[in-house]
Order: sequence, then C-alpha cells, then structure tokens
Amino acid sequence: MAQESAINALGQFQLTTGFGPVGRLVGFTNSNEMMLLAAAIITMLFTVALRRKAIVPGRMQGLVEMSYDFVLQMVDDTIGSGGRRFFPFIFTLFSFILVGNLLGLFPYFFAFTSHIAITGALALFVFLLSTTVGFWYHGLGFLKFFSPPGVPGWLLPLLIPIEIVSFLSRPISLSVRLFANITAGHVMWEVFAGFMIMLVTSLGAVGVVAAIIPLGLNVALTALEFLVAFLQAYVFAVLTCLYLHDAIHLH
Amino acid sequence: MAIDSVLLARDIGAGLATIGVAGAGVGIGNLFGAFVGAVGRNPAARDKMFRDVLLGFALTEAVALYALVIALIILFT
Repeated sequence: MAQESAINALGQFQLTTGFGPVGRLVGFTNSNEMMLLAAAIITMLFTVALRRKAIVPGRMQGLVEMSYDFVLQMVDDTIGSGGRRFFPFIFTLFSFILVGNLLGLFPYFFAFTSHIAITGALALFVFLLSTTVGFWYHGLGFLKFFSPPGVPGWLLPLLIPIEIVSFLSRPISLSVRLFANITAGHVMWEVFAGFMIMLVTSLGAVGVVAAIIPLGLNVALTALEFLVAFLQAYVFAVLTCLYLHDAIHLH
Repeated sequence: MAIDSVLLARDIGAGLATIGVAGAGVGIGNLFGAFVGAVGRNPAARDKMFRDVLLGFALTEAVALYALVIALIILFT
C-alpha cells in the first residue's frame, strides 16, 4: 500500500460534497460548486458589462470586448474561412477553462480543471466535434487527411499508421496537458506550504524566520500559476481551433 | 534496519521517471532561443510570432508533464 509521506500533497484534490444533506444525497461535490460558480461569473460579467452598450466602452465593457475580440481574432486566424460558426463554442470553452483555472488559485476554492475526468470530458468533446465536423464536410474523404499530399507511395504504409496514432492521441494530450499543469502547480504549493509548517513546528522561532524562504517561493509560484492559468486556457482553445482547421480544410 | 524493497523500488522508479523533464528543458530553451534570434533579425514580427511561441511552449511543456504524471502514478498508486 502507499506509505504516508510527511506531506500529504494529493489530499487537496479529494472531492467533498456541498449544500448539506441535499448535496450528499445527489452527490453535488465542490467541483460542481466551482463549475456553477464559474458559469455564473461568466454570465454575470457579460450581462452586467454589456448593459450600457456604450459606443466608447468603460472599463468593464472594455475588458469584456477585449476578451471577445481576442478569441474572435484567434478563431479567424486559426480556423480561417468557415470558422465563425464555431466561435460561440470556442469562446465558451476558453472562458470556462480560464475562469476555472483562476478560481482554483483562491484559498479554500477548488480547481475543477485539476481532475482528469473534467479535462478528459472537455478534450473528448473537442475530439468528437472535430472528427464529426471532418466527416460532415468531407464524408469519407476525410480519411484522406491521414495521407498528406506530396508523400511518395512507398512511404504511405509506414506513414498512415503513425498519422492515425497521432490523431488518436489528441484527446489524451489535450486533457493531460491541462490536468497536469494545474495539478502540478497546486501540488508544488502544498509541498512548499508543508515545508513552512514543518520548519515552524520543529524549529520554533528560528523556524518562523527560516520559513520566509518557502513563503517567498510560494509567492513566486502564485505569479507562475496566474501565467499558467491564462496560458493553458489559451493553448486549449488554440489547439481546438487547429483541430477544427484540420477538419474543415484537410491540411 | 529493514528495508521495504517494494517502497524502495517505487521511489527509485519515480525518481528515474523525472529524468524525462530534461528533454523539455532543452526544447523550451531551443524554442525561445530561436524566438529571440528571429526577433533580433526582424523586430517588427515580434507580436505576430509570439502566439506561435506560446503554443510551442505549451506543447513542449506537455511532454515534461507526461513524465511528471507517470512519476505521480508510480508514487501514489
């Protein structure tokens, strides 16, 4: 059996139920609470910010319009023509993952993107969507995607299985990238916080002074985690756009 | 002193699995080195290129995280 280490690094990812007895009955976990909160934040942010519909936007409307513009630019650049119809989905995906990552940074909140079940579901949906779009637009000709143009014929029996395997590994890499980034960040936080507590309890007053070093590291890690939250949401959205571009335009 | 060889093997395995992150370090350093060199030659292209740099960074970092995930699996299950 796994031995108990002095620092319990992975205990923070266990799910607890919220909303009292009703929550326990239904199985409404803290992960679900965070997902509801993320959806509520995004909806309320857009509703409140766009209420005045000013031509010259104020701060909140400017922020919302900038994020809309950013994702629209990304969709147009990456998917090209015929990509606008996927913009609502890409924007929802991007903002959900971004707010989810950011909510996990607050104390006592839970990062729902740190569970492979959540990221796996999102990545699986993206994979199924891009494959369905490919078959919808090209019928069975979508299978020509696996033999890139300009490849000599004798290379094809080697290349096509490699292409198929790399295509099938897309949902795995998409989900594991997001999950491992968020989990690794939170585990490092917990480990350094454990160091702080160990120093203070074992060395007393000297420990309090020495614990400033892990504290400084944790503060630097917080800055890194902010960067990772934005970057991972952006990368998930950009890769979704790339897969849709492959499905629509076949290379 | 009794050594539990299963736990020993597990810890050694987890440590060896972490060697995989070295490749990601090389890759990311390569990528940003190429980016800095390209910006040096053509400073106007910086903003256009930066999105691809971020994408490349995340894709390379993912390989390091695969190694980390395997180390965590070894340690905790």
